[in-house]
Amino acid sequence: MDLKAVISKLHPLERKVIPVLITNRELGAISIASGLDLTETMRALQWLENKEALTLESKMYKVVSLDSNGLIYLKAGVPEQRLFDVLSSEFQSLSVVAAKSKLSVEEVTASLGILMRERVCESRKEAELMLRKAPGAQTFVSTVSAFLAKPFPINITFLSSAELDIVEALKKRKSFIRVEEKKIVTVVLTALGEALTKEEINSDVVNRLTPAMLKSGSWQDKEFRAYDIEMGVPSISGARVHFTNQAIDYIKNIWVEMGFREMTGNYVQSAFWDLDALFVPQDHPAREMQDTFYLPGKARLSAPLFSVVKEVHETGGKTGSLGWRYPFSKAESEQILLRTHTTVLSAQTIAGLKKEQLPAKFFAVGKVFRNEALDWKHLFEFDQVEGIVIDPDATLAHLKGYLQEFYSKMGYSQIRMRPAHFPYTEPSLEIDVFHPIRKEWVELGGAGIFRPEVVRSLLGFDCTVLAWGQGMGRIISEYWKITDIRVMYTNDLAMIRKAKVYLK
Amino acid sequence: MPSVTLNQKVVEKLLGKKLSLEDLKDRISMLGTDLDSISDGQIKVEIFPNRPDLLCEHGFGRALSSFIGSHKGIRLYKVVPSGHKVIVDPSVAMRPFTVCAIVRGLSITEEQLAELIQLQEKLATTHGRNRAKSAYGIYPLANISFPLRYVAMDPTTVSFQPLGFGHSMKASEVLELHPKGRAYAHLTKGWTKYPFFVDAKDSVLCMLPFTNSEDTGKVSVGTKELFLESSGTDLRNCQVALNIMVTALADMGGKVESLEVVYPAKSAKVKSGNNIGTIVTPDLRATTMKFDATYVEKVLGLKLKNTELVDLFARMGFVYSKGVVSIPCYRADILHPVDFVEDIAIAYGYENFKPVIPKIATIGEQDPFEKFISKLRVLCVGLGITEVVNYHLASRDGLSLFLESEDSKLVALKNAISEHNHLRQSILPGLLKTLSTNQHNEYPQEIFEVGRVFSFDSAFDCGVREDTALGVALCHEKADFTEIQQKVDALCVALGLQIRIKEMTHPSFITGRVGALFAEKKVIGFIGEVHPRVLTSAGVMMPVVVGHIDLRALYDICHM
Repeated sequence: MDLKAVISKLHPLERKVIPVLITNRELGAISIASGLDLTETMRALQWLENKEALTLESKMYKVVSLDSNGLIYLKAGVPEQRLFDVLSSEFQSLSVVAAKSKLSVEEVTASLGILMRERVCESRKEAELMLRKAPGAQTFVSTVSAFLAKPFPINITFLSSAELDIVEALKKRKSFIRVEEKKIVTVVLTALGEALTKEEINSDVVNRLTPAMLKSGSWQDKEFRAYDIEMGVPSISGARVHFTNQAIDYIKNIWVEMGFREMTGNYVQSAFWDLDALFVPQDHPAREMQDTFYLPGKARLSAPLFSVVKEVHETGGKTGSLGWRYPFSKAESEQILLRTHTTVLSAQTIAGLKKEQLPAKFFAVGKVFRNEALDWKHLFEFDQVEGIVIDPDATLAHLKGYLQEFYSKMGYSQIRMRPAHFPYTEPSLEIDVFHPIRKEWVELGGAGIFRPEVVRSLLGFDCTVLAWGQGMGRIISEYWKITDIRVMYTNDLAMIRKAKVYLK
Repeated sequence: MPSVTLNQKVVEKLLGKKLSLEDLKDRISMLGTDLDSISDGQIKVEIFPNRPDLLCEHGFGRALSSFIGSHKGIRLYKVVPSGHKVIVDPSVAMRPFTVCAIVRGLSITEEQLAELIQLQEKLATTHGRNRAKSAYGIYPLANISFPLRYVAMDPTTVSFQPLGFGHSMKASEVLELHPKGRAYAHLTKGWTKYPFFVDAKDSVLCMLPFTNSEDTGKVSVGTKELFLESSGTDLRNCQVALNIMVTALADMGGKVESLEVVYPAKSAKVKSGNNIGTIVTPDLRATTMKFDATYVEKVLGLKLKNTELVDLFARMGFVYSKGVVSIPCYRADILHPVDFVEDIAIAYGYENFKPVIPKIATIGEQDPFEKFISKLRVLCVGLGITEVVNYHLASRDGLSLFLESEDSKLVALKNAISEHNHLRQSILPGLLKTLSTNQHNEYPQEIFEVGRVFSFDSAFDCGVREDTALGVALCHEKADFTEIQQKVDALCVALGLQIRIKEMTHPSFITGRVGALFAEKKVIGFIGEVHPRVLTSAGVMMPVVVGHIDLRALYDICHM
């Protein structure tokens, strides 16, 4: 790389470090010489390493340093020296010697061992231990004293074998020295690094353009440092709409594009609207307590519609049906519950329509509730998508047409209908889509034509009502690769902030 | 939806032609059952609740063989009188109806025994609503002495040996000792007497709705003649179940015989309401329903010739002739001519419908309030606030933070199985929970949520007031009242509104740092600095300021 180009991109910290590399190669030393703190120095060195001006080597070394007693002995002298210095050619008692040398008995005992081994001291057993200089031993200079004078901490690799012996001996003495593992970072310059140290590097480059420079015009005399723009930056994230609502917005748009109007309504509903109005018999297994959340109290029902629905269940009423032929219970109808499907909105919408408003098309995207324990594939509340077409001329072929269009907008170009059963539609069908990646048919939703028992009761006359719906769970978990659907409600902000936008 | 495991060999033998595995799978799905798998000689399939006749190999094979065209048309079954009688006592008010049949000429194989057991069990759980509506018994005919009596008796006075037990016991002990007694005891709450079938020699055939007796009620391999009863609370339900079992046995080669079931005379006054006189069962005659052929075109958009229509009906096991359809005795699901239309669509093949988008002009539109909510979301995001989503259901403890309304207004669910057993009355507890679980993530954390909030209010038809609210929480070291006020101000300025703040008191906030929000002189919500006591109990170790706004009120003001 061109040396000039490299220099132009150098950060002010790098500019301070390079000149001192001529004589310093160890991190601590570089830090002192450049006047930067250790963190700044390290950052500058790492940037230079990225530029291939140098390589950083970090090695673990054993380092010897003085411990608490060692530091005391450095000032006061090592105990064995102090002991020798108070000995004379006459015997003196141990306690006298200890007092003169200002050593503890423990220190005297340790030092005595050393002096005896060196044969510079003699002892005699009396009532107390008696000590004197060995005859002929006029001087004793402890090697340890010389060792203590060294500049600690010391890298153990720089010690001679004699000094290593001293280290071993001192390790056995109480709080004398410490031997620790330390990391030492050193710099090895590359050819580029060597070249840089030989260059004149201007340390007065401009890092940031300021309003003051613009006002004064001083920018004209400045050299702007070139950034290393290929290096990457710390990530940030903006505020977001929750990912599930992004998918819901998209689906709502599809419906509007297809000419459907939105239905909304309460989550708290009567069993009458949620189930009876849809011709679900009151003893249907799906109505059992454990599937549905019930609330206390009794709902107020519209009397005329109630009697129509009651009659349809019991005898078929005017619908041409035999009905379910059982005694319809008002108490059952009046139960209050959390809606189990958005189809309750379709029922309420149909009930409010007049003949002259047809054909009409509606959709809903909304929460529904099931009395289930939470686990990785079950939620007690989730979003459901629902569409209905009230059109006297509609047929099953139209249902397939609408479904094909809807699912192609969802990203599935092929659909298939399979027979199924829902209490309120006849025919009833399951919708499979051909999964473009898994290359297989996947069940995605249910559909059908509302039974005459439903339509006649709610609308007041016969009319074909196409209907289809599905849960949002599959779409969301597939798009965001969620394996545990509780994640939709976990609200991990890191995940929400980083989640991909719904791009369909 | 019941799942059954069918013996593949038995089903295939009934089909009348060989299908490849792929075709078999495809045809099973397109007939209208949810195929799970075919492997190891077993077909695992879910049967929709409207077709209990498909719950056994013979019923399933019968329908499939018609559908693939090898045995088209209605199956008719011959019934001859057996001369035997079953006397129904007026005392059986708790389960007033029974229908019975005799089938001879069998030699029950191991496969057939397995089929009967599965059919009986699956019918009882689905069609019989876990025996609440009807339950069934199959007995070897050999040990029974006619006439039988269907009678309710005090269980402390009756002893018999229940199925699977080596000794006789008091009927009252069955409830505690027999597994079926324990399983179905809830159906008999408040009963002092229980219905029994007892034969002419006073031996007990069964105690309903629990178990047969070991001596007279145990069918085994090689049994040649059977007695069947289907008993419960709904006569028609009992009849359909009996017909499904009897026709399956007839398809196994059995000869069906009828009995006279003697109910109290129509003139009799009985509590049980079963004074219907004598009936002869089983009744395997086809029933009829009128059908207007133009209905097919109206619903399915298919223009069919009469011969095509006749063929499609035949493929679903019906006979159609001159505007009348004959319905076999085992079909329980034909309530309305539309039920034929579905079968015609299935026979025609759902795969054969061509998609059509009609050229009708309708105007698409999002709900205006939902549109308003979408706009608010965009505004919040623009103010740097990220959306979160919490459950509408929460635990009582979770909701006690920020409890603004009285406890009595908090909506509790009657039967929630998890600790999420209340409807939230505010968005804020959920936001605090979100903040408490995100303390390892980067700050500032500025979050909002839009959702429904609930309170008891008898002014509403369902006794619950449902509002839509926006909750905002700002959480970082320097979060303060000024900041939340700024955000809410900015939001309202964007909506063309000016807000005013009036100091209020609320125990969940620092005194003097909580205020009601007014727009156009109407209260729309409040903002404040959350009290450290609340933060500590929520486990949030960072200052939080919040806002809570009633969106319907805000919408109404914006659209005045």
